[in-house]
Amino acid sequence: MLETATVAPVQHAVPPISWRRRMTDHVMTGVAVLTVILVLVPLVAIFGYLVYRGVGSINWAFLTQTPKPVGEAGGGMANAIIGSAFILGIASVIGVPFGVGAGIYLAEYGRHRFGDVIRFTADVLNGVPSIVIGIVAYSIVVLYQRHFSALAGGVALAIMMIPTITRTTEEMLLLVPQALREASFGLGIPRWRTTLSITLRTATSGVITGIMLAFARVAGETAPLLFTAFGNQYWNLHTDQPTAALPLQIFTYAISPYDEWHRQAWAGALVLIILIVTAVGAVRFAVRRGTFGTA
Amino acid sequence: MANPAFHRPAMPGPQPVVDTKVITAPVSRAAPLLAASGGEVSDRIFRLAMLTCGLAVLAVLALIVYELVLRSALSWHAFGLKFFTGRDWDPVSEQFGALPFVYGTLVSSLLALIIAVPLAVGVAVFTTEMCPRVLRGPLSFFVELLAAIPSVIYGLWAIFVLVPILTSYVQPFLSKTLGWTKLFEGPSFGYSMLAAGIILAIMIVPIVSSITREVLMVVPQHQREAALALGATRWEMIRIGVLRNARAGIMGAVILGLGRALGETMAVTMVIGNRPEISRSLLAPGYTMASVLANEFSEATGNVYLSALIEIGLALFLVTIVVNALARLLVWTVTRGQPARGHA
Repeated sequence: MLETATVAPVQHAVPPISWRRRMTDHVMTGVAVLTVILVLVPLVAIFGYLVYRGVGSINWAFLTQTPKPVGEAGGGMANAIIGSAFILGIASVIGVPFGVGAGIYLAEYGRHRFGDVIRFTADVLNGVPSIVIGIVAYSIVVLYQRHFSALAGGVALAIMMIPTITRTTEEMLLLVPQALREASFGLGIPRWRTTLSITLRTATSGVITGIMLAFARVAGETAPLLFTAFGNQYWNLHTDQPTAALPLQIFTYAISPYDEWHRQAWAGALVLIILIVTAVGAVRFAVRRGTFGTA
Repeated sequence: MANPAFHRPAMPGPQPVVDTKVITAPVSRAAPLLAASGGEVSDRIFRLAMLTCGLAVLAVLALIVYELVLRSALSWHAFGLKFFTGRDWDPVSEQFGALPFVYGTLVSSLLALIIAVPLAVGVAVFTTEMCPRVLRGPLSFFVELLAAIPSVIYGLWAIFVLVPILTSYVQPFLSKTLGWTKLFEGPSFGYSMLAAGIILAIMIVPIVSSITREVLMVVPQHQREAALALGATRWEMIRIGVLRNARAGIMGAVILGLGRALGETMAVTMVIGNRPEISRSLLAPGYTMASVLANEFSEATGNVYLSALIEIGLALFLVTIVVNALARLLVWTVTRGQPARGHA
C-alpha cells in the first residue's frame, strides 16, 4: 500500500523519453559525426595527394637549380626557396619589433579606451584581404622605387604579421602574474627594465609562438606578392629587385599548361608545407623545452 | 636609544627621528642607484617607443585607407556609382563596370557559407558536447591544421583533384537532377562558381568552427545541467541549452567566415574560370573582385585601368571591414559574459 503510493508519483514526474525523441537524439549525434568526417576528408585528401605527388617530384636538382626555360626538363626552385626566405626575413625585421612593441604597449600601458581602439584596429587589420595589402605595398613602395622589389614584398608581409603578433604578445604578457612586476618594482627597478627583463622574459615562449604563427601564416601568402615581389627566374638578393618566392612560383606553375611545371608545382607545394610545419614545430619544441628548463 | 650599537633596520612605516645622519644616508645612497638604473627619463622614452609601435598599427590602417582612396579617385570621378552597376569590363576602350566581380564575390562566398556553416557548427558541437575527452584535442588540432595550409596549395589541389571530380561526376549529376532550377545547367567545365564555392567552404570551416567552439564553451554549465535535469535528451539539451544561448556568437563566427571568404584570392582565382560574366548557373565560370586584382593588376596599363582596379580593392576593403567589425562585436557580446540579446 505504502509502496505503490510512493512509486506512482515518481512515474508521473519523469515520463519515459519517447521513441521519437530518442531517435532524434541518435540521428543528430550521427549527423554531428558525419560533419566531422566530411571535414576531415578534404584534409586527408589534400595532405595525401600532396605527399603522393610531391615526393615523386622532389629531387636534388629541384632544390639546387633555378628554373629552366619552357620545354626543357629539369631545373628547380632553389632561387624561389631562397627568395622566400629573403622576403620573409625582411618582413620579420620590420614586422616583429612593431608587433611586439604594440603588444607591450597594450598589455602594460593600454588599459583604457585608447588601448581598446588599437586592439580593435589590430583585429580589423587582421581581416583585411591580403590582396588589398598587396595594393597598398605596391603604392607605397613599388611606385616610388619604380620597379617590383623584394622590399615591397617584405613590407606587404610585415603589415600582415603585425596584428597577429600584437594580439598574441598582449595576451601572453597579461598571463604574467602581477606579483612578478610588483616584486621587480619593489627592488627599485624602473618600469622599462621590468617590462623587458622580467615580464617579456617570462612570456618569451608565448611571444615566440605568436611570432611563429604569424610567420607561418604569411609564409604561404601569394596574393600580396603578385605585384610587389613579382617573381624572378634568376637568383636575386637585392632588396630593390624583383624576387622569386615559393608560393608565387607554385601559382605560376600550377596554372601553366605544362606537365613538367605541374610536377614542379607539387614539389614546391610539398617543400612549402614542410618548411612551414618544421619552422613552427621546431620553435614550439625548443620553446617548450626552454620553459621546462627554467620553470 | 642612545646605545650606538643598536641600529634600527630600514623598514617602512614611521621611523623615530633620532639622528639626522640616519635620514640623510639612505637618500644619498638611493639617489645614485636610481640615476644609474635609468629612472624616469628612460621610462618615459620606453613608454613613448611602445606607444609609437601601438600608433603604427593605427597608422597602417590609416595608410591603407589613404592610399586606396587617393589612387582610386580617377576611376571614381570617371564612372561614379555606375562603376558598381555596369556590366562591361573592357580595358581596351577604358569602360569599367565591376558588377560581374561583385556578383561573383557575393555568390561564391554565400555558396561557401551554405556548405561550410552546417559542417563547422556540427564539428564544433561534436567536439564540445559529444566527443570523448581523449578525442577532443586531436580533433581540434586536425581541423585547425586545415587553416595552416596556404591558399595556393588549396588552389593547386583544387585544379588537379577537385575540378576533375566535379567535371566528370558531380556536375553532370547536378545538371541531370537539379537542372530544372536553372542553377545547374550548361556544359560542365569544372572551372566554375561551384568549384570556387566548394574550395572556399573547405577553407573557412576551420575559422567558423574554432570560433563557434569558443562561443559554445562560454555557455554556462548550469544551462546544460538545467536542461538535462528537466529530462531533455542530449540533443534537446544542445538545442535548448547550448545553441540557443550561443546564437549571437555563432552568427559572429559565420560572419567572420564570410569576411574570410570575401577576401580569399588565390584558390578562387585558380578554379573559378575568370570570366567577367553574370550567369545564373553555378556551373558557369565567374570572376571575383579579388581574382580580377590578382590577374590584372600587375599588367594594368593606363591610369584609369589601374585606378579602376584599385577602386575594386577599396570596395573589397570596405566590405570586409564592415563585415569583420560586425562579427567581432557579435562574438564579443557572447564571450564577454553578457547574455545575448535578440529576438528568438
